Amino acid sequence: MSSSHVNAVVIGSGAGGGIVAKQLAQAGLSVVLLERGRWHSPSEERKDDLHNQRTFVLGPAYGPDVPKNPRALVNAQGVEEVVYADSWSYQNNAACVGGGTVSYGAMAWRFMEQDFRMKSLYGVPEGSTLDDWPITSAELEPFYDQAEYELGVAGDVSGDPFKAPRRRPLPMPPLPDDRETQIMKPAAQRLGWHPFYIPMLRNTVAYNGRPPCMRCRWCCGFACECDAKTGTHNTVIPQALATGLCELRTGCIVREIQLDTRGRGRGVEYFDGKNRRQLQTADLIVVAGGAIESARLLLNSKSRLFPTGLGNRFDWVGRNLQGHAYNGGLGLFEEETYDDLGPGGQIAVCDFNHGNPGLAGGGMLATEFIRLPYQFLNWRPADVPRWGPAFKSFVRQYFRRSIVVIGPSQEIPRFESRVEVDPKVRDFWGIPVARLSGVDHPHNLKLSQLATDKAELWLKEAGATRILRRQKTANSLSAGQHQAGTCRMGNDPKTSVVNKQGQLHDVPNVFVADASLHVTNGGFNPVLTIMALAYHVSAGITRNWKGGGLR
Amino acid sequence: MKRSETHPGGIQGATKDAHPSVSGAVGKRLHSPDNAWGLNRRRFLVASVLTAISAPSLLCAGFEDLHWRFLTLDEARMLAVLCDVILPPDQDPGAAAAGVVQFIDRKLAGYHRGSQALYRRGLAALASSSQQLFQKPLVDLAAHERVALVARWEKNELPPEAWKAVGSGEFFSRFVDHVMQGYFGGPRHGGNRDAVSWRMLGLPQPPVRSRRPESPRRNQP
Repeated sequence: MSSSHVNAVVIGSGAGGGIVAKQLAQAGLSVVLLERGRWHSPSEERKDDLHNQRTFVLGPAYGPDVPKNPRALVNAQGVEEVVYADSWSYQNNAACVGGGTVSYGAMAWRFMEQDFRMKSLYGVPEGSTLDDWPITSAELEPFYDQAEYELGVAGDVSGDPFKAPRRRPLPMPPLPDDRETQIMKPAAQRLGWHPFYIPMLRNTVAYNGRPPCMRCRWCCGFACECDAKTGTHNTVIPQALATGLCELRTGCIVREIQLDTRGRGRGVEYFDGKNRRQLQTADLIVVAGGAIESARLLLNSKSRLFPTGLGNRFDWVGRNLQGHAYNGGLGLFEEETYDDLGPGGQIAVCDFNHGNPGLAGGGMLATEFIRLPYQFLNWRPADVPRWGPAFKSFVRQYFRRSIVVIGPSQEIPRFESRVEVDPKVRDFWGIPVARLSGVDHPHNLKLSQLATDKAELWLKEAGATRILRRQKTANSLSAGQHQAGTCRMGNDPKTSVVNKQGQLHDVPNVFVADASLHVTNGGFNPVLTIMALAYHVSAGITRNWKGGGLR
Repeated sequence: MKRSETHPGGIQGATKDAHPSVSGAVGKRLHSPDNAWGLNRRRFLVASVLTAISAPSLLCAGFEDLHWRFLTLDEARMLAVLCDVILPPDQDPGAAAAGVVQFIDRKLAGYHRGSQALYRRGLAALASSSQQLFQKPLVDLAAHERVALVARWEKNELPPEAWKAVGSGEFFSRFVDHVMQGYFGGPRHGGNRDAVSWRMLGLPQPPVRSRRPESPRRNQP
């Protein structure tokens, strides 16, 4: 492992970091890509329903290492506890080559036009930091297109009248209808809604030299055994490595970003796979560890110039932490709805993302990814006992006769929902851990009600004999797999961390390229937006690169 | 996908156990949903009828020959009785026949080792509660007495003297979750013997589509 100086060090090999590494390497920059997790090869993958990224009672299979990586969580009552990645309160995404894109469900949404202009449309709710993005939907469109075609997205959004303008259709068609779609699509149409096929980062035909989906029930939460599911690990990262200019180092956790005497990024200090301290110097640094870990890294990178963390002059690093509450319902049916055809989650409606009377924003509603038996147990109705013969009968009766409608509600961001670094708790390497705190803005709970009401309507129209509502009513932090917002983009350095190019306002050769950038987080899974922004940030870097530095 | 409410379970910090090799059940041929139990149907039917009405000696058949990693033989027998109250045998096997006790034992020595003290103290407290309420060891309770004990355990209505060092509610909640993991989770962890719960739910075997001999791997509806 060479530590000689390179043009760029990219921290994190997920949706954002993988793309940046390829774009920079293909433009001729030398790149070191640091990843704290490891490779997961499809052939070694176990289909373990208790040990994966969606159900992790026996730990998350795609990282991080549970005992080595604690966090601190401050709950709504102000009580702090130490949490680990096998509990929901940890707000985990993943830690491996490819990040969350190895095991995700792979919904690949473009945000709507309105999602970039939330303040202009709705004003600023009291007690929130709702704002417009400094970049418009139209400016990001070519990068969405680039992500869709280079990585490969399948689906059919022609039936969605609410979507932002796009230059061409998706490159791959949707999978043939499963049984749930055959029931739910006409039901939505009867309600006057506009159901369409969800765009997915998953091959439905051979694409990029990889096969199409085999429709197993082991998708969301698992690596794909036949390599049909698309992530940065099986597209852009191999392409980056193939240039010969990019070196991937796994098992490497970055401790801090260091500055030179002129206040420019000099390099990163990290612990390598053998836990030895290393220094990697570079002309520029791109931070792509995810909204929680990227903010943590900046806050841990203290110096005389930045005593409270790199780029944190106005206390906006780590602020506005967002995710998505999921709301919807389960419908019980007399007829069989289960056909064992994965991945599920075929159709959605965007009728309730915007324009809901008296509400700011909303969220998409979709059929859910296919459920494994242990996952189905989560949907027990309150009047069915938790154990005993009646419970067993319920599971036996309804596992094959149930449909879930669910979707992410767009959050109203709050300054007080944030990532800090803990004054006492350290990880295995002695690095102060992320300390999470925050509660919902009250408006979020109104959106939860809206989504749940609509899901109930949809299931009822589809013929459900009974519906269980799943509505978030508790006031709590939301981050998790859709974590976003902590290094917000903006034109004003006093109310943002990076500029429109993803560049730290205060440090011109340090960039961020993950969902930390998001001003708001749409009513959608954020990964395609992360990817589009990564292409956009990379384009700015390569445009201004003059071999050895930025113009 | 993300859920909006707290998921039960989740044990802090223990390093996960090395995974055992995949159980033989995974390699069996596809069975049609009409005959979802396949070759083991008769054996399970017989065992189910017997265990539903008779003594724990049948629930725990062969327990004395097994290598228990954490549980004592007495504890294992108590757990067999208790987990069969949580998921009793009916037209499908109950939790004990599905190997849930073996699952719990394996995990207590592995990923769930943080629950060791809870089980040791909790089972002792349950043994004591059984004596106080019914003047019998737990494994000798009649069927209706077993259900009554568990119902009280769930509601924290057992005699409190036995429960000073261990939380009744916490133990119950964790135990139920472990039973569910051991019954409905994959057979590789020692429970769900022969994928009995997956057959009960009519899921095709082997569980992964690409490994069925007659299925091509690509785009198979």
